[in-house]
Amino acid sequence: MRFDLQVIASWIEPGSRVLDLGCSQGVLLEKLTQEKQVRGTGIEQDEAKAGQAIGKGLSVIHGDIYEEVRDYPDLAFDYVVLSQTLQQVIDPSTLIREMLRVGRRCIVSFPNFSYWKHRVQFLLRGCAPVSRELPHEWHNTPNIRVIPIADFKRFCRDLGVPVLREVAIGNHHHEDRGKVVTFMPNLLASYGIFLLGRE
Amino acid sequence: MSEYVHADARGASVGLVERREFVLEQGLEVACGLRLAPVSVAYETYGTLNRDGTNAILVLHALTGDSHAAGYYAGEDAKPGWWDIMIGPGKPLDTDRYFVICSNVLGGCMGSTGPASIDPQTGKPFGSDFPVLTIGDMVRVQRRLLDHLGVDRLLCAVGGSVGGMQVLEWSVRYPDRVFSAIPLATTTKHSAQAIAFNEVARQAIMADPQWNGGHYYEGARPGHGLAVARMIGHITYLSDESMRHKFDRRLQDRCDLSFNFEADFQVESYLRYQGNKFVERFDANSFLYLTKAADYFNLEKEWGNGSLVAAFARARARYLVTSFTSDWLYPTYQSKAMVQAMKKNGLDVSFCEIEAPWGHDAFLLPNERLDTLMGGFLERMERELEKERARKTTAAGANGHAL
Repeated sequence: MRFDLQVIASWIEPGSRVLDLGCSQGVLLEKLTQEKQVRGTGIEQDEAKAGQAIGKGLSVIHGDIYEEVRDYPDLAFDYVVLSQTLQQVIDPSTLIREMLRVGRRCIVSFPNFSYWKHRVQFLLRGCAPVSRELPHEWHNTPNIRVIPIADFKRFCRDLGVPVLREVAIGNHHHEDRGKVVTFMPNLLASYGIFLLGRE
Repeated sequence: MSEYVHADARGASVGLVERREFVLEQGLEVACGLRLAPVSVAYETYGTLNRDGTNAILVLHALTGDSHAAGYYAGEDAKPGWWDIMIGPGKPLDTDRYFVICSNVLGGCMGSTGPASIDPQTGKPFGSDFPVLTIGDMVRVQRRLLDHLGVDRLLCAVGGSVGGMQVLEWSVRYPDRVFSAIPLATTTKHSAQAIAFNEVARQAIMADPQWNGGHYYEGARPGHGLAVARMIGHITYLSDESMRHKFDRRLQDRCDLSFNFEADFQVESYLRYQGNKFVERFDANSFLYLTKAADYFNLEKEWGNGSLVAAFARARARYLVTSFTSDWLYPTYQSKAMVQAMKKNGLDVSFCEIEAPWGHDAFLLPNERLDTLMGGFLERMERELEKERARKTTAAGANGHAL
């Protein structure tokens, strides 16, 4: 399993109710169900991925995360996870508020735009960065947000959302092994993972 | 449900099957207040009920379907049951694991009591003296059948279209008896459009002079009206794309237009063929009663005082809801509305809108996505039911200990 998902899984208490937004084929939910007896639900926009996840025996809704998250009552979940999807979200503040309405805690992970390799590319070549973490060209990227770790923290402060825990990691997110970056994470980490609480 | 039934090579067949009959001597009082007795139900079963009675799956058929869901009848039967692609050893409704039950609905004409049955009061067929039925009435009769078969709780109730309405009704009417439910290509209430199509179909039957106010069993039957009704229904089961693909404007057995009212186009010829074939096997009065029951179905009115959220507050089932992109009879927004109400009640629900060009009938056609969804969902339900039973046993044990 991806290293960032391992970190996320380690933050979730056994037996919790978990909503995974953009759950893809349900790798995280499957692990949490098997190893931590969580009651999990996923939301996935891609029909094939949602279908595979349901076929694995997970509870998954095929649909748009904005629309689907709205239907849940307040505090329906202990954790709401948004992993590697924030950079594609049109209205992050609305979504994060909704996540914290339906969940007690919210876990967000995203590629760090201010990673030094991205900075070098822009500085030396003057080009939009293309990397293992952000593999798309400007014209075909699904990512509509650039999110440096430092900016995300400021965003949470402005939104009045407390950051309860944060980890920066330095590896390619598809790799199973990675390392936690504690020194200058805004420069040296490729991904940020945040645990947010309610106000 | 159309004639669009395919044999399938992906799993083994359940083989030879037999239609059985269950008779409810005392009958039942149906929703309109009249009493119907006795009531016969035609049904088939495939697979074996396990010792704990935890592997039963009830399959609910669509509007004009029957109890023959899988396998073959001896000798006479070239075509397998209507959902043979789904039911059998190694198929999603795996008869090596599950005990599958399918019965013909009340009001039908394929072995269950319906308008063509003999009215014990008069000794003649009911015809239009048969009481108007509801989906709830059908489900109540199915419940009696399950009592008879010794099935206390269903692992799953599954069905598409009008069968899906019965699935929803089951899960809300008898929440303790339905562990999980798969409503496919269905709705909690007909749209005005769906009612409109049904009304045109009914009018076609009633306009046939041979319908004779519903009392035609001793003479000629309203075959033409029923064929037209079927043609109308059939159009709603397909889609613009599937019709274009199958027929486009191709001509039938000719190279130019005829300039008369023969079937010039392939689509005309196809509809006439389907209409005529249907007349051979179906009773016009049953068509009237079943379409009316579908039109009357309104889950939120019946169980939630107008609120779908309130209606599902009664439910305990885990749901797998599925719609198809090109289904214009029960479009995806209707499935989404039920999913929304389930979520608001904290129910465990999975939903998938399957990309399929074939219209409403897609649930009857081979579809790998649907196989994966249903197979995976049912396996989870087996595990969860087992866990629930283990928990209850432990709790009972602990209580016993304390005493």
